[in-house]
Amino acid sequence: MRFLLVEDNAELARSVRDLLALDGHGVDWAATLADATDCLKAATYDLILLDIMLPDGDGRKFLQAQRRTGQDTAVIVMTARSSVSDRVDLLDSGADDFITKPVDFAELEARVRAVLRRRGGAAQTVRQYADLSFNPLTATLAIHGETRDLRNRELRLFEILLAAPDRIFSKDQLCDRLFSYAESVSDNAIEVYVGRLRKKLAGSAVRIETVRGLGYRLTAT
Amino acid sequence: MTGGRSTQFRGSLRARLVIQLLVIAAVLAVMLYFTVRVTADSAAEATQDAILGAATTSIAEQLRATDTGIEVDLAYATFSMLGAIGQDRLFYRINVGEAVVTGYDDLPMPDVLPTSLAAAFYTRPYLDTQLRIAAVRRTMVVENHPVPVLVLIGQTRAGQQAIADQLANRAALLGLGFFALAVPLSLLSASSVFKPINRLAEAVGRRGPRDLRPVRHPAPLELAPLVTALNGFVARLRGALSQTETFIAEAAHHIRTPLSILRTQAEIALRQSDNEQTRARLRTMIRAVEESARSASQLLDHAMVLYRSDQLEPVAVDLAQITRSVAHAFAPAADLKELLLVVEGDGAPRMTRGDPMLIEAALRNMVDNAIKYSEPEGTVRLVLTDAAGMVGVDVCDQGRGLSGANPVALTARFSRGGNVADVVGSGLGLTIVTEVVAALGGSFRLTEQPEGGTCASLHLPRH
Repeated sequence: MRFLLVEDNAELARSVRDLLALDGHGVDWAATLADATDCLKAATYDLILLDIMLPDGDGRKFLQAQRRTGQDTAVIVMTARSSVSDRVDLLDSGADDFITKPVDFAELEARVRAVLRRRGGAAQTVRQYADLSFNPLTATLAIHGETRDLRNRELRLFEILLAAPDRIFSKDQLCDRLFSYAESVSDNAIEVYVGRLRKKLAGSAVRIETVRGLGYRLTAT
Repeated sequence: MTGGRSTQFRGSLRARLVIQLLVIAAVLAVMLYFTVRVTADSAAEATQDAILGAATTSIAEQLRATDTGIEVDLAYATFSMLGAIGQDRLFYRINVGEAVVTGYDDLPMPDVLPTSLAAAFYTRPYLDTQLRIAAVRRTMVVENHPVPVLVLIGQTRAGQQAIADQLANRAALLGLGFFALAVPLSLLSASSVFKPINRLAEAVGRRGPRDLRPVRHPAPLELAPLVTALNGFVARLRGALSQTETFIAEAAHHIRTPLSILRTQAEIALRQSDNEQTRARLRTMIRAVEESARSASQLLDHAMVLYRSDQLEPVAVDLAQITRSVAHAFAPAADLKELLLVVEGDGAPRMTRGDPMLIEAALRNMVDNAIKYSEPEGTVRLVLTDAAGMVGVDVCDQGRGLSGANPVALTARFSRGGNVADVVGSGLGLTIVTEVVAALGGSFRLTEQPEGGTCASLHLPRH
């Protein structure tokens, strides 16, 4: 997916861009509202990540102005404030959702998915791999015309594995991506979700292999 | 404002003003009485003197020197003129030289003999009463010798006294009437003096707690310094409060931005590192960042709650709507743990009065707790209630419960349960909830469910 990140703090912007790039997303960075306006003229984005306090103005005003000119790209506001009344305020200005800093990227992914799903989804979100097609927005797998719903963690696990087929992911790596750092997770928790995902993949050429002592990988035969 | 200085100014200005006005009225009434009394006395005396003088002179005019001596004609007309004054007794005495020729020989003589033709007047005690006496002196020629003849007429003063008393009584009545009239008038005048003060007080009192505009109410000149001082104070208060609000917003921004960088960088490093030791350290770091972010937002929430409780301006709030909105905001966070967030009983509005930001902060902390302490794939129920004059919401999880911890102790600042060491938390969440509840006149209760899990119940007065 292609993001426009509007954030005046250069270090934060770089970090967010790098992290989203690791998940295979393209990120353009605008440090000011003026830059953001230029970017929006030059390219189309799946989603705008917008900071509120910017050197050349208030993100909410920018958003309202953009919406008035017919700019309809989905917007998630990154705010330092957490109250729902701020949220109502933001949604009134035309934002689709908001997330508080520091951003939990698992939560950001979830919100992005929810926003794009609500908006009917971007066309390129459906991925084909071997004999299955995967739609992360609707959290569905289609195998030989049969649709299977994935639960949240199954979906995220599949996304991680599908991002690099044949690559081995250790249990730890998967745990870090799947569970909140605030949670305590038992060693075999990941096995539960791998087991469930395998059931959902049954009948497909796509398998999750256990690589003894190393972890798991996604392969297609 | 306690202590000696302020106690001097206690009591009512109005009462002081009324009392002062009444004292002045009383003094004026008494002065009126005495003035009238003295004037009446002297007027009565002057009248008596005039008649006495005329009578005495008239007798003296009728003195005739004859060969045998001096002849006096005491005409009845003369005495009847004197009788006009009232039931007063008359005494007379005529001296020729040193000898009393007729009348009462003990009638007191004047201290100094009159020298002119005019009568001299004086008052002397005589027998059992006071006499007003007129004395006229004439010189007659008897046997070719000039002989002084003195005519004295004395009259008791009962009649004059009666007239003076009558006048004085009227004066007393007049004084009393004046005073009686002064009572309502001074009350009226005190009210009219204090009306502008009362109006100003009403205008200031009618304002809402968040109305910090300067006072523009018209005030009399004497109140201008008070209004100016009040406006100065309001301006300072407004400054301090807006600084507080700005400070909370700025603090949030300045704390969260560096934490965001730290967290994101740590997450990138974690993704890229294969070294298990480094990964463990990075996980610890991210956990610590999450903990400080949470503490920061709860400290700021706490400051916001205290600040807004002080400034409370209640409005009608639909608890059901806030609950839906909070549930909606937390849905992705719950989904990450595959938790189902269910709102029940929100079919009808659940109206209360309060500050929506406070209620929402309380509810947010309750839901955050429920999600935090729930096992994955469970359900968190947000149940709206309406009973016994209170609307409420129960946030029930299927988590680990309280493990016998005292629910009241858990609401103390920075207090956490004994079974939660593995979960990030600041111990401020429930403090925020109880402070909100205290500010809005509601109640909060934590109960352990028999089938496991905890219910946090918030109740607010129905409106």
